[in-house]
This record gives sequence, structure tokens and C-alpha cells, in this order.
Amino acid sequence: MRIDCKHVWQHISAYIDAEVDAELRAEIDRHLETCEICSAILDSTRNVVVLIADDRVFELPAGFSDRLHTRLETELQLTGSG
Amino acid sequence: MTAPDPAFEADCIRRILAGEGHLFHALIRPCERSIFFLLLSLLGDESEAEDVAQETAIKVYLNLKNFRGEAKFRTWVLSIARNEGLGRLRKTGARREDSLDAGTDDQTGDYTPAILTSWREVPFEALERQELGALLRQAIERLPAIYRNVVLLRDIEEMDVRETAAALGITEGAVKVRLHRARTLLQRELAPKLEGFAPRSKGLFAWFKSMRVEP
Ligand SMILES: [Zn+2]
Repeated sequence: MRIDCKHVWQHISAYIDAEVDAELRAEIDRHLETCEICSAILDSTRNVVVLIADDRVFELPAGFSDRLHTRLETELQLTGSG
Repeated sequence: MTAPDPAFEADCIRRILAGEGHLFHALIRPCERSIFFLLLSLLGDESEAEDVAQETAIKVYLNLKNFRGEAKFRTWVLSIARNEGLGRLRKTGARREDSLDAGTDDQTGDYTPAILTSWREVPFEALERQELGALLRQAIERLPAIYRNVVLLRDIEEMDVRETAAALGITEGAVKVRLHRARTLLQRELAPKLEGFAPRSKGLFAWFKSMRVEP
């Protein structure tokens, strides 16, 4: 069975997470060898996933941790085990 | 993200319950980021998310004796954060129309990726440029909440499927379906724009890979 582009798109996320079985992976790999569109979609999806995982994209607000621990310290004192 | 250490956590919890309350600071620290971003995703407002994050941490402290150790500590903490966040949404009445427990995984909506014929390498060096960061954050903010939450825990906080499912109170299957849709929507939104950031030079990927290795 030859799989088509739409079939590949349905499995892109699972493919990136290595959650497709060996048989399907082989089918997808065979398709990718000859399909530039699916290759570009796979690469761009994977790159988006990589980019958003970078810690510089999502940073805690400045001072977040200090304020949290100051409030916790107050609570610890209140409950008498600080 | 600091990887939680179960042995350290168990030891901390035992000692905190025995009276060494000050150890709670160290116990909660590795969970702070995840708590905040889960709440930000849910509430859509930084100061609200920070406020509820503080309440979550206090609640975790006060309920520490109820932690059974069946789930991971962070998973348990995030389920408390989620409940606190939903409670805040109910209280303010400012429920986002697409909030966390609304919306089933219906089949409507277009989850077709953006069709590109070529794609350059990850524009990693461009990350320092604020506009790219803003572009990525905006695209994630625009996702429906049920997808945003999953992508946040899976791809931004890098939790596994099981932990994400437990923290959000959904099935592992739902995590996978939502993640797939979220990534497709992000690819469609971002890929055409990111091409403009692509560097001309090659060889960034090697540098990028070496950077991701945890110390
Ligand atoms: Zn194709």
C-alpha cells in the first residue's frame, strides 16, 4: 500500500514523537524520500516544536520567583514551622 | 526546566511534615515554571496567573500530608494548580469561552498544514530577536485553550504524554489528538512567517544540538 500526503499529515505529530509503529514509519519514510511537500511540512513542524521549547521564548515574569518565595515564607511563619 | 528528582522530593516531603517547613522552598522550586505557565494558559493574564500560582503553592504546602506518592509530585501540584485556576475562572465569571474543560475533540475545524515546498534550518540565532519570540508567543496564545494547555505542558514544559494527561485530567489519547492539532495549527501559522527569519548560513544545527545537551 502506498500512502498519500494527507495520510502522512495525520501522523506527523506521532512521527515526531516516535510513536508510530515500524511499518507505518517505513511507509512514511518511503513517501518522504520522493515528496518535497511532506518533507517540508515535517521539517517545519519539527522546527516549530523545537523553537517553542526554547526557554527564551517563555520566560517567567521578572521577580516572579522572589515574590512567590516571600509569600511562602510569610505562610510558613504563620503556620509556625518556618 | 529543572528535572524533578523523586528521591529528593520524597525526602523533602518527609522532613517538611516532620517540622522542617523551610525545605518547602526547595521542594516547590522545580515546579514553579510549570505552575505559572499552566495558569497563564488557563487565565490568559500574567498577574492573575501569578496570584493563583502563589495560592497554589500555599495550598500545596497546607495539603502536603495528603500527597500519596502514587502520582509524580509535579503532576499532583499541577492538578491543584488547575483546580485553583478553574476556581478563579468561576469566581471572576470571566470564563474564557474556550476554557479547559469545555470543548470536546470534535472533528470540525481545518487541521491541514501549511504547504511549503522548501524549508530552511531552524532560525535559532534569530531567537535573540524579540520579534521572533513575540511571534511564537502570539501563535500559542491564539490557540484554543484545550490545545494551548496540551502544547504548553508537552512541548514547552516537555512533560510526557502520561504526566500531561494526569495534570489536565484528560486521557492520553486526547493529549495526542490535541497535540497533533495544536502542532498543525502552529505550523500553519508560523511556518510561512518563520521562513523570513531563516538564516542564510548553514551549520547552525550542530551548534543548536550541542546547546540542548543538559549539563
Ligand atoms: Zn506527500
